[in-house]
Amino acid sequence: MLAFAARRFIGALWVLVGVGTVVFIILHLTGDPATIMMPPDATAADIARFRHVQGFDRPLIVQYGDFAWRAIHGDFGDSLRHDEPALGLALERLPATGELSLVALLLAVAVAIPAGIIAATRRNSAADYLVRVVSLIGQSAPVYWLGLMMILVFGVALGWFPVSGIGGIQHLVMPAITLGAFSMAKLMRLTRSSMLDVMRSDYLRTASAKGVPPLRLLLHHALRNAWLPIITTIGVELGTLLSGAIITETIFAWPGIGRLVVQAINDRDYPLVEVIVLMAATAFVILNLLVDLTYAALDPRIRYD
Amino acid sequence: MAVLAPAKPFMLDEEAPRRRSFLKILFSSPGTIAGAAIVVIVTFGALFAPLISPHDPNHQNLALNLLPPAWLAGGNKDYLLGTDHLGRDILSRLIWGSRVSTTVGLSVVIIGGSIGVTLGLVAGYFGGLADEIIARIVDVQLAFPFVLLAVAIIGVLGPSLRTIILVLGVTSWVQYVRVVRADALALKEREFVQAASATGASQWRVLMRHILPNVTSSITVLATFEVARTVILESALSFLGLGVSPDTPSWGTMLADGRQFLDTAWWMGTFPGFAIMITVLGVNILGDGLRDALDPQSR
Repeated sequence: MLAFAARRFIGALWVLVGVGTVVFIILHLTGDPATIMMPPDATAADIARFRHVQGFDRPLIVQYGDFAWRAIHGDFGDSLRHDEPALGLALERLPATGELSLVALLLAVAVAIPAGIIAATRRNSAADYLVRVVSLIGQSAPVYWLGLMMILVFGVALGWFPVSGIGGIQHLVMPAITLGAFSMAKLMRLTRSSMLDVMRSDYLRTASAKGVPPLRLLLHHALRNAWLPIITTIGVELGTLLSGAIITETIFAWPGIGRLVVQAINDRDYPLVEVIVLMAATAFVILNLLVDLTYAALDPRIRYD
Repeated sequence: MAVLAPAKPFMLDEEAPRRRSFLKILFSSPGTIAGAAIVVIVTFGALFAPLISPHDPNHQNLALNLLPPAWLAGGNKDYLLGTDHLGRDILSRLIWGSRVSTTVGLSVVIIGGSIGVTLGLVAGYFGGLADEIIARIVDVQLAFPFVLLAVAIIGVLGPSLRTIILVLGVTSWVQYVRVVRADALALKEREFVQAASATGASQWRVLMRHILPNVTSSITVLATFEVARTVILESALSFLGLGVSPDTPSWGTMLADGRQFLDTAWWMGTFPGFAIMITVLGVNILGDGLRDALDPQSR
């Protein structure tokens, strides 16, 4: 297990090096970051001065080395707009995004897994039909549209929930449902099919024939094996949630990193964009590492790859 | 012995009954027929937009702005789904908007699919160092929250239809690699592939004639779901103001406009949202049907 964990950890580090490199490449895609960062009405002299101050006139490989060295030390430069370290600005906003994503994920899991199990155990019943329809619609409705419709119905027409900002639990309801809906639909569908697969297996038929009570059969025998693909998907869904957070936060004016990155792009504040992209990727890599380790702990076969 | 039988007649024998049952299974479910019908209607709208749309989608008429749908009080029967804040006909813009969605959806699947299938075949069939390198690139790609990556690239390159297609295309290949690699890995060990290698077929020939034809059903199913995903992503980027230019009618930009008028003109944001949802729903249902028909085991 330890060797497996070490191997996965080194793999994760490589991924972060790759992500950092891609972030560096993106900024240099057009050849001259200075022209992207400066306002459109900047004079040529301004741009030249900025280019020199930021070190964009050095050879690319030197810039990359400098970028990597500073990144390792947590120095991503100052935000161009706010004049303070970009990392600090992004870190300030991280808890809000974390809170929203976590609640969304918990909500998705809490609804999807029981619903998926019920659908699988009562195949072709009305409940199963409902689960299938909800999961299909949930995977087809765009996140932001769902958010707007909720604002329209529950915010504007009924006035049940505040339509924007952060605050008490009532501020969290609509953004969390909006953000979690897609993952919920996906997990519901996966839980159903995963349970159906397991329930068809021989060992379960044997256990059932031996007289194991239905509930025990379900929880101890079936769910144990059905869990594995579900856990992997939860890991992948974290990435979906981070992406979804950009849109959800924009709609509900939620002060997280998603909204910050959209603002930063509009402001051409690339040091800030770099930090947020790296931060999101790091969070995703760490969470997936944890998911992998959980998976390996649950299923010994994984460790022998 | 079957191992030495030439590959082509061997495949032909199996092909004929399979194809019949494929279409029979595909259209045996009313859901799949409905999904296919939605896809046909949207494609039709995109192809014939200039002929069927009642008005010029960009024609502004401020005297007629924010008209509600025709069946509501104050509605105008010439503007079935109402007008937006600039007095443009919503139905016409929806019809024209299907062009953006279908163009982006198809182009992105072609770009992403070509990259992904090629890399997947190489990784699965050749294995070794190539497989290792491709696996690392896949890991990096998977670590990016996708929208964030797209947003960062579009922020640098500037928004346009071409940029969107390019960005979504080069970031959507990962799923194909995973599926095609796994298929190629399994196919490599099958008798008919080994027989082809043993009779002296070149690696290129084995890949193109024996492996590739056998992964097409997985690719077809995946590509369908990717079209659905792309339509949503394109509209999301347009919604964030990072999509096509504002004067090109697109469902995402229509929704973004509608957001400003949510409490006064609900129809502005509601109809484009429905259009996206129904299109994606149709493509997804069709994908499910295709999967059931192409791979009976998955049912």
